[in-house]
Amino acid sequence: MELLYTFLAIFPIAFISPYIVRQKSTWGWTLALVPAAIFILLLRFVTDVSHGHTEILALNWLPTLDISLMLYIDGLSLLFALIISFIGFLIIIYASGYFHHNNYAGRFYMIVLLFMGAMLGVVLAGNLFTMFVFWELTSFTSYLLIGWNHEKEESRWAALQSLIVTGGGGLALFAGLILMRLIVGSFDIADILSQPELIRSHSFYIPVLILVALGAFTKSAQFPFHFWLPGAMAAPTPVSAYLHSATMVKAGIYLLARLNPVLGGTAEWTTVITLVGGLTMVTGAALALPQNDLKKLLAYTTVSALGMITLLIGLGTSLAIKAAMVFLLVHSLYKGSLFMVAGGIDHAAGTRDVRLLSGLGRLLPFTATAGLLAALSMSGLPPFFGFIGKELVYEANLHAPQWVWILTATGLFANAVNVTVAIVVGIRPFWGQKHEKLGHGHEGPLGLWLGPLIAAAAGLLLGLYPAWVAKPLFSPTVSAILAQDYSVKLKLWHGLNTALLLSFLTILVGILLYVVRANFARIQQRLAVLQPIYPSMLFKNGLNKFLFLSDKATRALQNGNLYVYLITIFSVMAAGLWLQVISSYNINVKIDFHDFNFIDLGIVMLMIVATFMAILTRGRLTAVTALGVIGFGVALIYILHGAPDVAITQLVIETLTVVLFVLILYRFPRFTLLSKKSTRMRDASLAVLVGFMMTSLLLMKNSAESLANISPFFVENSVIKAHGHNIVNVILVDFRGIDTLGEITVLSVAALGVYALLKLKMGAKEK
Amino acid sequence: MVLLYAILIGVMFGAAVYLLLRRSIVKLVFGLVLLSQATNLFIFTIGGYEKNNPPLVEKGQLVPTAPYVDPLPQALILTAIVISFGVLAFTMVLMHRAHESIGTDDLHQMRDTDK
Repeated sequence: MELLYTFLAIFPIAFISPYIVRQKSTWGWTLALVPAAIFILLLRFVTDVSHGHTEILALNWLPTLDISLMLYIDGLSLLFALIISFIGFLIIIYASGYFHHNNYAGRFYMIVLLFMGAMLGVVLAGNLFTMFVFWELTSFTSYLLIGWNHEKEESRWAALQSLIVTGGGGLALFAGLILMRLIVGSFDIADILSQPELIRSHSFYIPVLILVALGAFTKSAQFPFHFWLPGAMAAPTPVSAYLHSATMVKAGIYLLARLNPVLGGTAEWTTVITLVGGLTMVTGAALALPQNDLKKLLAYTTVSALGMITLLIGLGTSLAIKAAMVFLLVHSLYKGSLFMVAGGIDHAAGTRDVRLLSGLGRLLPFTATAGLLAALSMSGLPPFFGFIGKELVYEANLHAPQWVWILTATGLFANAVNVTVAIVVGIRPFWGQKHEKLGHGHEGPLGLWLGPLIAAAAGLLLGLYPAWVAKPLFSPTVSAILAQDYSVKLKLWHGLNTALLLSFLTILVGILLYVVRANFARIQQRLAVLQPIYPSMLFKNGLNKFLFLSDKATRALQNGNLYVYLITIFSVMAAGLWLQVISSYNINVKIDFHDFNFIDLGIVMLMIVATFMAILTRGRLTAVTALGVIGFGVALIYILHGAPDVAITQLVIETLTVVLFVLILYRFPRFTLLSKKSTRMRDASLAVLVGFMMTSLLLMKNSAESLANISPFFVENSVIKAHGHNIVNVILVDFRGIDTLGEITVLSVAALGVYALLKLKMGAKEK
Repeated sequence: MVLLYAILIGVMFGAAVYLLLRRSIVKLVFGLVLLSQATNLFIFTIGGYEKNNPPLVEKGQLVPTAPYVDPLPQALILTAIVISFGVLAFTMVLMHRAHESIGTDDLHQMRDTDK
């Protein structure tokens, strides 16, 4: 339970963090205690979870509505939560160096902590609906962080783009989750995971699969939605390291892994997920090659890595799932570290252009060490953790049930590009002669190199001692995804096999690509003719077209012309009524005269005449008189048909209305014919149509029955419960007393408005 | 009898729509008045009007003497009458102010003052 409370505490802490930092700007690092505490609390679950238990922590929130906050802790959520809190810890320490002397640092800590809470919520939530709420919160905080440099148009656009893409995916996901609830009858993960057969055989399976996959693909930057991630590099480096490489972009992967037991295993799943993952892997790798910006290089390889993990989950074999999860941890460690290294380089050299960066090793010894370690892990060299990850990936590809050759070849390409980029980002900036354009940078504050160093060192340590995480962490994770017991053993040395040969080949190709790297920019320039069909351009143009169309539509519909609005409203109303009358065709026009009397006939005739007079007259006061006749006629009808209270009110109000009309209208000019004859004819025909529809509607006798269910309650309880003999009054002041209070409020507001308008006259300038 | 009232209500609705579509703001307000009257009558009529006893309980009794009129539509109408009066009063004063400042009662010309 401590975990649950600490998790909940993140949110208030996030909101007070700006005040903490404002006291002393160097106190930012203290906030790292929050993820540290979460990490330690999570570690306490490792033993239990590794024995195959699933912990569910629930906090009853609204027990009467059966709403509770539930944390669902199994291997999968534990692995993700550990990554989130561990990297989060490093990032906050890093940020305290990065935002050294930045006036807005407090705001940054607040949003990052909010994000951390939301991200933990996504992976720990025991209920898919709760998960979705946190999911959206991560999109939202990501939007705020990408747009951090909001003075720049580029940042704002990147932020908006990511919000639209991930938010749109979120909508699809929401629809998918609701469909899933319709199938299972519950949002609880435990309930859903217990019904795999029901979901897979249901007719909603394909829609659910597509919608959920859309949510995951947009979040995890899968092709063709990958373009928002490189754009998101407009964010400050700690954000890129945390959200856009180590955690948030893996939420989609978490979702796929979480739902693998119920959605996975079918031909559709394997095809869709593998294909999209594979495309993303290759596209990301290919696009990474011509880049010259440190962060863009890292971003495109992140896209590629996410594609690889998605592909492995799509394959769904136990080997592939194992490889996916190990590679996920590997990637979070080296990529987070390299992003932080890139930020350190930027801080010291003032540029991220790799063509200008060299010889920084002597100036930045600690950053250089971190960069080297992370780059070696990214290249997949022994004895780093990255080596184990890559071997597993090759093993999974080689043992795939189908497409072995293409999987291996594309995997080799993606891994080789990783080697190239690792050299470009993590190693080359620190070697050789210092570029003459670089200033005299120096190592930043402790925070700026401690974070990347720890992350990179963890990559080495886990490579040397993989058993630390194999059984306690990965066994339950893989078991949770496969929904069956699976024991993970990780070793550095697998002996001489095909995977090792492929590793060797990867390094060779990677170095080769590094040597010929300069050519890729030229190839990219030649391909510029294809620009209009790039997904990012399609998105941009599509969005612009959409905005253009909505602008036109708004101008056409909201044109400020009351006449057009009213014509539209009444036409739709007439059409709707017509449909209603046609569809329930039972107008029984019984012309029976058994209750006929001349008083009624007289009143009705008088009112009809008055109505026509009100329309046709040109005198204002004649019209007011006609309206008065109608109003008093209505009052008479009320009296004759057993509604004395209504009649009295009607009389009072009608008198007031007539007085008010006379007072105000005598200043107005006589009516003149303003409209053309054709317009009047058109309006008249619409009016006749609406009137005719209302008459027909009234003749459909069954309408009254809807009230018959409610009325008896008031009649029977008026005396017994409310001790009132006038039932209408009892309803107004007792049973529906709150309504009457609302009515009084409306009147008061109207009176205030009248008063204000009349007062306004005094100081009016426009006279 | 239904027919009689049905025709009256139809005429009132038609007249209200026609008035609302006129360019004179005064006629617009007349249309508004007529529309609320017609709606009230409509609700009143579908509530049933054949039973003529008002929904009042005699001293010493627990329910009104049958046949009585349904009290619920009456309560609804009462509220509606009062609310529509509030709206009407506000609209009339607004109309008055608009006429004073702009000097026209033609809605088409009022629209142009935005620009």
